[in-house]
Amino acid sequence: MSVEVQTETVAAEQTVTVAETEKDARPIALQVRDLNFYYGKSHALHDISLNFPERSVTGMIGPSGCGKSTLLRVLNRMYDLYPGQKATGEVIFDGQNILATGVDLNVLRSRIGMVFQKPTPFPMSIYDNIAFGIRLHERVSRSEMDGRVEDALRRVALWSEVQDRLSSSATAMSGGQQQRLCIARTIAVRPEVILLDEPTSALDPVSTARIEELLDELKTEFTIAIVTHNMQQAARCADQVAFFYMGKLIEVDSTARMFTTPREQQTQDYITGRFG
Amino acid sequence: MGNEPAHTVTRYDQELDRLRGIVARMGGLVERQTAQAIAAVVDQDEEAAIEPPELDTEVDALEREAEMLAIRILALRAPMAVDLRMIVAVLKMSGDLERIGDYASSIARRAMKVEPLDGAFSFSPLRAMARLVQENLHKAIEAMVENDSTRAMEVWNADTAVDELYTAMFRELVTYMMEDPRKIGPCIHLLFVAKNLERIGDHATNIAERVYYAVTGNMLPAVRPRGGAARKDAHKDS
Repeated sequence: MSVEVQTETVAAEQTVTVAETEKDARPIALQVRDLNFYYGKSHALHDISLNFPERSVTGMIGPSGCGKSTLLRVLNRMYDLYPGQKATGEVIFDGQNILATGVDLNVLRSRIGMVFQKPTPFPMSIYDNIAFGIRLHERVSRSEMDGRVEDALRRVALWSEVQDRLSSSATAMSGGQQQRLCIARTIAVRPEVILLDEPTSALDPVSTARIEELLDELKTEFTIAIVTHNMQQAARCADQVAFFYMGKLIEVDSTARMFTTPREQQTQDYITGRFG
Repeated sequence: MGNEPAHTVTRYDQELDRLRGIVARMGGLVERQTAQAIAAVVDQDEEAAIEPPELDTEVDALEREAEMLAIRILALRAPMAVDLRMIVAVLKMSGDLERIGDYASSIARRAMKVEPLDGAFSFSPLRAMARLVQENLHKAIEAMVENDSTRAMEVWNADTAVDELYTAMFRELVTYMMEDPRKIGPCIHLLFVAKNLERIGDHATNIAERVYYAVTGNMLPAVRPRGGAARKDAHKDS
């Protein structure tokens, strides 16, 4: 029996990358271009260029000292609070380079809000914690203020828990509640971008899940950048993930791609637990 | 995969090594089952037909072991990237290997039932097909053990020939049965043997696909090259 065997071969170029997603067509809310940052003589960030697409979550991961928190602090010029720190390059926000001199930092920080690792409630009532930030930037009537406070607390799903004790001290709340209060305080001033620096590292798993759920809702309205040490958290919350190492941006891609098929060996070594 | 630097957590590496070890052992066993089953048929060797069904118990047990260990690693280590791909591939490959073992056993059980055809009917097309399937299976298992995506791609492309041989053999057997209805029984057994071989070839191809994905992170196209008259939906019963 003779059989004519025809073999079609398939070349590697025809293969399909599973996690390949369409390029995100969202407008860019924040654009970092050729950013370098120095703590005195120490060169902390090297030529960082990174886009933060509007109304999505960008996760920033990397080992301690990789520069991810530093970058976050550049994004609302938090570094200006300390002497000897210098940034070069550009961070374009709403058509303007926010690193330029003459930028009104109070306005900038109301448009780009920040939430820290440890909850930072002010030693005042729950109500005033939220009203305080609004009063810094706007003059509003008592009734409007009531509405704004309620709205902010509702958005962080805190309203039902605290509506009967708005005048009691915020410091008496649980850690998870305090962190949600801080997020409420940040969004009450109606920012466009929210920066979160390890917002759940001091919280228990249930409070953490609540914050993550909250992020999912907030991203429909705000652009979010989150620094986290918890890779699973980045995987759960972020739309795109940026991996930093030794002050350099090694790789940025969609979250699914980063955690299934990263391009760079360093990224792979880090996320699979093969680092140093 | 196996060529990556070590994990910071040594136990994690040990668990992954153990998982790789289980599927490697399964690979060795099903290769042996297949080789013996084929010998049983084409050489009409009754002795060779004994072992394949016996080994099946061991293969099944290893599949369960691989599955339990993979689930355990997924739950406890939250694997990412290349590790995640490897574990998912192992879960699927252990299923493919288990099926190959079943087909080999089935071939062995039919070996003596095709005896009446011996001499009257040439086993050489079956031999040719068996040689190709064994070659592919061997390469697929090598690719699996060595994380070799190039070899996996070779296997994936080579299965067309098996499909062609199966189709030709099918036609020839149908003709033979029409000529002599008394031979229908053994002919059908032989047809099943050929079909089972063809299925083993398909599972070897599946293994190649899993290896390719685990190593490169890319999936081979959904439709692979297939031989002439082979059914387009042949994947469905894989």
